[in-house]
Formats: sequence, structure tokens, C-alpha cells
Amino acid sequence: MITPHFPILQVVLPLIAAPVMVLARRGTLAWLLAVAVSWAGLYISLALLAQVADGGVISYAIGNWPPPWGIEYRIDRVNAFLLVLVSLIAAVVVVYSRASIGAEVPREQQYLFYAMYALCLAGLLGIAATGDAFNLFVFLEISSLSTYVLIAMGRDRRALMASYQYLIMGTIGATFYVIGVGLLYLMTGTLNMADMAARLQDVTEVRPVLAALAFITVGVCLKLALFPLHVWLPNAYAYAPSAVTAFLAATATKVSVYVLLRFYFSVFGASAVFAALPMGKILLLLSLAAMFIASAIAIFQADLKRLFAYSSVAQIGYITLGISFDSVTGLTAGIVHLFNHALTKGALFMLLGCIALRLGGVRFDNIRGIARVMPVTSFGIVLGGLSLIGVPATVGFVSKWYLVLAALESGQWWIALAIVLSSLLAVIYVWRFVEAAYFREPDPGIVKLKEAPLEMLVPAWLMIAGCIYFGLDASLTVDGASQAAATLLQGIR
Amino acid sequence: MKDYLVLRVVSKLLISLMILFGLYVQFHGDFGPGGGFQAGVIIAAAIIFYGIIYGLPAARAVVPSGLVEIMIASGVLIYAGVGVAGLLLGGNYLDYFVLDRDPVAGQHRGIFWVEIGVLITVAGVMLKIFYMFAGRGGDNRDDA
Amino acid sequence: MNIAGHFSYWITIFVAITGLYIIIARGNLIKKLVGLSIFQTSVYLLYIAPGKLIGGTAPIVAEQFRVYSNPLPHVLILTAIVVGVATLALGLALVVRIREAYGSIEEDEILEQDETAITDPR
Repeated sequence: MITPHFPILQVVLPLIAAPVMVLARRGTLAWLLAVAVSWAGLYISLALLAQVADGGVISYAIGNWPPPWGIEYRIDRVNAFLLVLVSLIAAVVVVYSRASIGAEVPREQQYLFYAMYALCLAGLLGIAATGDAFNLFVFLEISSLSTYVLIAMGRDRRALMASYQYLIMGTIGATFYVIGVGLLYLMTGTLNMADMAARLQDVTEVRPVLAALAFITVGVCLKLALFPLHVWLPNAYAYAPSAVTAFLAATATKVSVYVLLRFYFSVFGASAVFAALPMGKILLLLSLAAMFIASAIAIFQADLKRLFAYSSVAQIGYITLGISFDSVTGLTAGIVHLFNHALTKGALFMLLGCIALRLGGVRFDNIRGIARVMPVTSFGIVLGGLSLIGVPATVGFVSKWYLVLAALESGQWWIALAIVLSSLLAVIYVWRFVEAAYFREPDPGIVKLKEAPLEMLVPAWLMIAGCIYFGLDASLTVDGASQAAATLLQGIR
Repeated sequence: MKDYLVLRVVSKLLISLMILFGLYVQFHGDFGPGGGFQAGVIIAAAIIFYGIIYGLPAARAVVPSGLVEIMIASGVLIYAGVGVAGLLLGGNYLDYFVLDRDPVAGQHRGIFWVEIGVLITVAGVMLKIFYMFAGRGGDNRDDA
Repeated sequence: MNIAGHFSYWITIFVAITGLYIIIARGNLIKKLVGLSIFQTSVYLLYIAPGKLIGGTAPIVAEQFRVYSNPLPHVLILTAIVVGVATLALGLALVVRIREAYGSIEEDEILEQDETAITDPR
């Protein structure tokens, strides 16, 4: 009886949990509730993925108003995959967050932290689930506004400035998106994305549609931190509480990538975006710039969190590179990397949070010799780093393998070379950690430290284990991604 | 500003009218312009007005900060609760048709409770914003 | 192209550019938020203006009326206005806390403070 309502329950459970947490006013109670809704969300998303596995589409009419008049929630293989990713990360991070947030956020604010966390989760899941372009904007803002609050909860005062800058950039991005949607609404008279796509076929006046495409592209790329629109990201990741960084790095930018995919392939149609316009070339160029420039900047960072934040910008470049090929292999590579990078970066930022818990910070001059006192944490970071580089038997290798395949398939062997070369830059910044943690004499202050608590290590290592498992046996993720890619490319051309 | 007799007398007269007008906007929202957003802002404005004339502590005595937080949360819960009620009665989420045997009466009932929820949350959020900004700084608290 | 016929779009574009210019050109954090609000306002206009039909009335069905304005943009923009208010309130709250932490709301002074601050691990 409850199964048909899964698409809405996915979004509404955390949305209802947030005000209940505010009423509960207790950190522990709020945390328990957050754990409950996160794990329930994971169960629901897996059930949804199973339901659409045969290529079907679930359509859910809110308030029983049939689409395209009412708001429709529309689950196909693409967003079911994404829902699983977001709720999986949320379910793992929420377990981790208790100890981490306990140390980084004042006690009386903790229930508010979890309320914001639940709202952010509801927003991200809502973006993925909805089939209505304006509803998507509302969820985008729900998740963004709660993200700004979560970032501002960082201990450092620079977190405030980082949050403010993200607020300005994020709002500009969301407003650009809504301008684009407004132009589409003027041309088609509908906000339902499927209906919009059907009606766009008959629109003869293309100029407003092109303007809408431009606005939506720039707006969404601001949110997904595509180079050179990434400037908000490093500070936001560096100064947010550790659990927040792990959650955001693994989900927020990925959901924005989904929005881009949805609009390119399901609303405008791939032929309009990639054949009639040089969008593929633009994306390709920016992706390559992200891969090289952001990796190069990462090498010179003094703070590990900032280093991996710049690395995130570079890795987003790999995802958009996959999209720019406009082929099944390319899209598969992009979507697989979406999942793989979420696992890797989530794990890395969680492990950095373990070090921050003991040391108070993760600057290179503090962590010398940290491997002697925190061997489990350090080894996890090394494994995550190997996955970033793309060493075989890690998930990073799987994504890069498919990226190289897609590059060769499109006949551009030099892109394959560029992928390999940019991986070498990752070797350098990962090596910087290895050198500092393993080959330096520890400071006298460090020797007294203990390994991080198990409740933080276990979730983080679960993700690292995922990185290895899906690196050895990629059939599950690659199948999901290639099906999603096929679904996207089946859409209107 | 509590020393100005004219302001004090006029404000007390006006505040009751403002709240009355807020309720009118709320419950007439079914038939004419109005609804929870507008009514919530008007009712919050009445209390903010009271706070400006009589000082922040007086406003806090009428609507304590704890109550404001409860208002924000419970309004959202009422809204979401209407949706869940639709689920429990066999419809989709936020389905008002099933809330009564007569679908039109169901629509009426659904939007009524949704607007109540919106009213409570919007009034709460407005007051929260006012309390947060007015309570900061400290150096001008005396003449508030 | 009919310039006068696109009157509302010209205003929309002007308002949007004004807002963006303020965000980019001003270093004062409050002024930036003002610019952001103006920029968002342009979107309200973009949605609302085409919803109005000349000679159309409020969309409540009655026998003597034939032409109705489109109510949907108003509903959408009511939502967008609420989002805008929430963004502005959050932005102002952040500025209040930035002022408490740094003693300034000028972007360049704050960045200067961060750079000259002793590289504290936290």
C-alpha cells in the first residue's frame, strides 16, 4: 500500500523530520531521527531503483493533479541511480557526524545542525526526484540555503566569509537557472520537463530557447563548480565542519551535474545542445582546464582540506569531460565517475575529519608523522588518494578507463593522453600527504595523540572499502551508469 | 519610544485592528486575495510594531523566543501533516480531494489547514528574524 | 523588432544588469546583498509581465468575462519572493556575524585581515 508513494516519501521524510528535530531541541534525539530518516531514505531509494530497473518510469502526481498541470515526480533509471547515491552518502555520513559534529559544533546548536542537515538532504533528493522545472528551483534553494547555514557553522571565522561568498554565487546561479526556466515557460507554457521537451519540438522561434539554454547552463555550472565558476568551492569546503564537507563534496555538486544532464538530454535534446551548438567543445575545453589548472593549484595548498577541495574541482572536470563526448561510453564514464568520485571524496573528507578531531586542523605543518599515531586513518587517506589518481583496483581506475575508452571512441587520442597526464598531477598532491604523514619525524605534541574513535573510522572505512570493492567488481556501478546513459540518450534527440 | 503618550495610545488601538485585519486576510483567502503568507506577515508586523514602541523585552514577554521556534516548526508540520492525512485516507501526498466525502469540501478543508500552517510558520519566521536582528549589538538596546 | 512592444523586457534586462553590476562592483557586503535582491527582482518581472493580458481580468470564472490573465506566474513568483526573502535574511544574518567576527563589512578589509592573520592552524 505504501510502495506507490515512495517517490514522495523519499523527499518528505527528511522534510518532516527537520521541524520535529527543532521541536525536540535535543542533539541526541535529533541525531537519532536523522539516522532513522537517512536509512529509511536509503531503503526507499533502493526499492525505487529496483522498480525502474526494467527501464520503466514511475510517475507520481502530487495532490492527485495529473501532469502536466500538477507537479509530477518522475523517477527513471537516471535519477533512481542518483537518489541511491545521495541517500547512501547521507546514511553513512550521518553515523559519522555524531562524534565529529559533537566536537566541532557547540552543544546547544547541534539539534539545529541536524535539522539543517535533514533539510539539505530533502532538498537534494527533491531536485533528483521532481519532474517539474520550477519545483526543482525550489528544492535547489532549500538545499542551498541549508548548505549556507551548515558551512557557516564551521569553527573558523573564515567559514562565515566562505558561506557568504557561496550565498552570493549560489543565488546568482539559482537566479540564472530560474531566468532560463522562465524563458522556457514563455515559449512552451508548461513547467513539466517531459511536457516541455515535447512542446519544444514545435517551437519555431529558437532565439529565446537558446538564451534559456545559456542561462540554465551558466546557472547550473555555477552550482556544480565547473571551472572557472568554482571560486566559491575551495573556501566553502575548507572551513565547513568536517561532516558537512564530506556530505557536500559527495552529493551537492553531483546533484547539480544531474540537473545539467536532465536539461541537456531530456529537455533540450542532445542534438540541439551538441550538434547545433558547440556546447561539446566548450564543455571539453573547460573540463580540460579544470583537470589541469585545478590539479596544479591543489599541489600548492598548505591545507589538506583545501588541497582536496581543488582536487574536487579537477574531478568534476572528468565528469563534465564524459558528458561532453555525447556518446553512451562518455556518459557512462561521466555517471560512473559521479558515483566513484562521491565515494572517494566522501571517504577522504571523513578521514580528514578524523585527523581534525585529534589535531584541530589539517595543515601540512601540523600533520608531520601523523601516520605513526593514526595509522588506520592515514592508510585510508592513502587508499583514497590512490583512487583519485586512478590506480588499478580502485574506483578511480574504472572511471578513467571508461573516459579513455570514450576519448578513443571519438577518435581524439590526445584527450586520452591528457587524462593520463592530469592523473600524474594527482600523484604529486597525494604524494605530498604520504611524505608528510609517513616520512617526517612527528612533532612531540603529536606522539601523545590517539587513533580516531571507531564510530568515525567505521563509516569512513566503509566508503574506502566501497572504493576498493567497486574498483575490483565494477559490474554493479557500470551497469547502473550505462543504463542511465542509455535512458538519457533514448530521449529526444 | 515608550515615553510618547500619543504613540502608546495609538499603537494599542492599531495593533488590535492589525491582528483583526490579519485574520480577515487569512480566512477570506478562500474567496478573495489573501492567504497565509500575507496574514502571517501582517500579524507578525503587529507584534513587531508592539516591540518597536514598547521595547524588545515587552515583545518577548508577549511571544517568547521559545514559542517562536515552536511556531516555525509546528506550522511546517501542519502543512506536511495535511499531506500525510491525504496519504492515510488513500490519496496521493497533498491530495485534498480525499479529505472529505465531497471532493470540493475536501479541497476546502485541505487548503484551510495548509494556510493555517503557512500563517503560523510565516509569523514565526518574521518574528524570529526581528528578534535576531533587534537583539544583536547591545549598544542601542535602551532606546529600543 | 518592436522596441516599444518589448517594453517590459527592456526594464527586466535593465534591472537585472543593475543588480549584477552592484554585486560585482561594490565591496560592501550589505550593498552586495542589495544588488542581489535587485537582481532577483528582475526575475519576478520576467515572469509576471507576460502573465498579464491587456483587458484580461482575474482568473475567477464568471459569465461576463471572456479574457483572463494567467495566474500561474503569480503563484510561482510568490514562491520565488519567499525564497528571495529567506536568502536576504540569511545573507544579512551572515553579515551581522561577519561584522562581529571581523569588525568590518568591507570585503577588501576582511580579506586583508585574513591574509595578515598569523597562519593559525584552525
